[in-house]
Amino acid sequence: MAIARTDNATLFAEGTVSTLRLIVYLAFAVALMVLDHRGSYLEMLRHTGSALIEPVYRLAAFPADVARATRTAVATQDRLVSENRDLREKLLLAQARLNRLDTLVAQNARLKDLLDAQKNLGLSVQFARLIDVDLDPFRHRIVLDVGAHQGIVVGQPVIDAYGVMGQIVEVLPNTAVAMLITDPTHAIPVVVERTGLRTIAYGSGAIDRLQLPNIPISADVKPGDKLLTSGLGGRFPAGFPVGEIRSVSTDQSGMFAVAIARPAAALDRSGEVLLLRDQPQPYGPPALQEEIGPPANLAGPAPATATVSP
Amino acid sequence: MNRARAQGWLFGGSFVIAFLLQLMPLPQFLLPMKPYWVGLVLIYWAIELPEKVGLGSAFLLGLGADVLSGELLGEQALRLVVIAFIVLRFRARLRFFPVWQQALAVLALLFNDRIVMLMVRGFSGEPMPAATFWIAPLTGMLAWPLVFLLFDDLRTRLRAGE
Repeated sequence: MAIARTDNATLFAEGTVSTLRLIVYLAFAVALMVLDHRGSYLEMLRHTGSALIEPVYRLAAFPADVARATRTAVATQDRLVSENRDLREKLLLAQARLNRLDTLVAQNARLKDLLDAQKNLGLSVQFARLIDVDLDPFRHRIVLDVGAHQGIVVGQPVIDAYGVMGQIVEVLPNTAVAMLITDPTHAIPVVVERTGLRTIAYGSGAIDRLQLPNIPISADVKPGDKLLTSGLGGRFPAGFPVGEIRSVSTDQSGMFAVAIARPAAALDRSGEVLLLRDQPQPYGPPALQEEIGPPANLAGPAPATATVSP
Repeated sequence: MNRARAQGWLFGGSFVIAFLLQLMPLPQFLLPMKPYWVGLVLIYWAIELPEKVGLGSAFLLGLGADVLSGELLGEQALRLVVIAFIVLRFRARLRFFPVWQQALAVLALLFNDRIVMLMVRGFSGEPMPAATFWIAPLTGMLAWPLVFLLFDDLRTRLRAGE
């Protein structure tokens, strides 16, 4: 390049780098972005380069891991004991709840048998750990230490002990990237637990806020209402906690109510997450069911005249 | 010979460390304040060693950063090319600024970089980021004297070591 000679150029010399080159590079970059936006070549490139990318992620996360390990190592005995006791109590409580739940599950299974229901609420999960890497502070992404080799696929919901965290958006051989529900480009179909109102919760870009911008003005929504996944859209299974309404107001046009919710999951604190294995539903409407009602052997002897189903 | 190699190591190593710092996690409230390390290091080398840093190398560096952050191929390439171009264009003046004046120039550069970023993201259909989006150039300005003095010191040591 000609730049090496600039030292004997005058102080206010211009044109040490030609504008033409700038324009060429800018055009090249823009072309790349447009191509990538349409064809997601970056994903392919990342797959090829994953052998290099994954170690870099782990290396970048290493100091924080060490810091955390040190903190645990030098934590006072006192605190560990109290934390241990705390966890024990929680475990006991959870165990007791689980025991009660077992009877409920059994009861549910019996009732479902009775109804001959097709749907199964079985939950198959996979444990994953966070790789503490910050890809971009303004996009809410987390990196997990499992990937294609562990059977992860794009679209799997990510949950923690308290609720839905997000979904997998990219899978590398041994790492996966998940988008959190608070990402500004994320939306999740929800239902208000108390009233059954269906709506959509959008990410706000702030880690502790979800936005529900299009609630009918007459709808019954108030602070404290719990939001659950509705299962519509086929991405997230129904019934997982998403958040809790904090405030409700009207939007500028006065046509809709706007609510702000706090995510239920510990989005900025969870170190371990669960990945739901089975995709809840295929896209599109469910297949037609042949026959609805009690199984034939339970239904009493039908009178010959009752041919019309209720 | 040895010195040239050490210089090369410093040059390459600085970018590796910048990438790692860029990926390094921080507490949630500090995240928006993370300076654009890769940009800062590029600015330093563009001022000091313009024969090594051209638009082409800025572009390649940006592609590397894009592959690491995995968002949109070409975004950081564009941003770094713009930074490199402005620095190289005004290099003769930037070089002789005192550090605090350089820091102000860096603030302007990083601010401009944020605007470029906003344009790119606007075109790719993302919503407007939060107000904290504009904090990073300020912390970048504060970090500049650190970067500058650290690298200057390292380089003089390398030279003196001969």
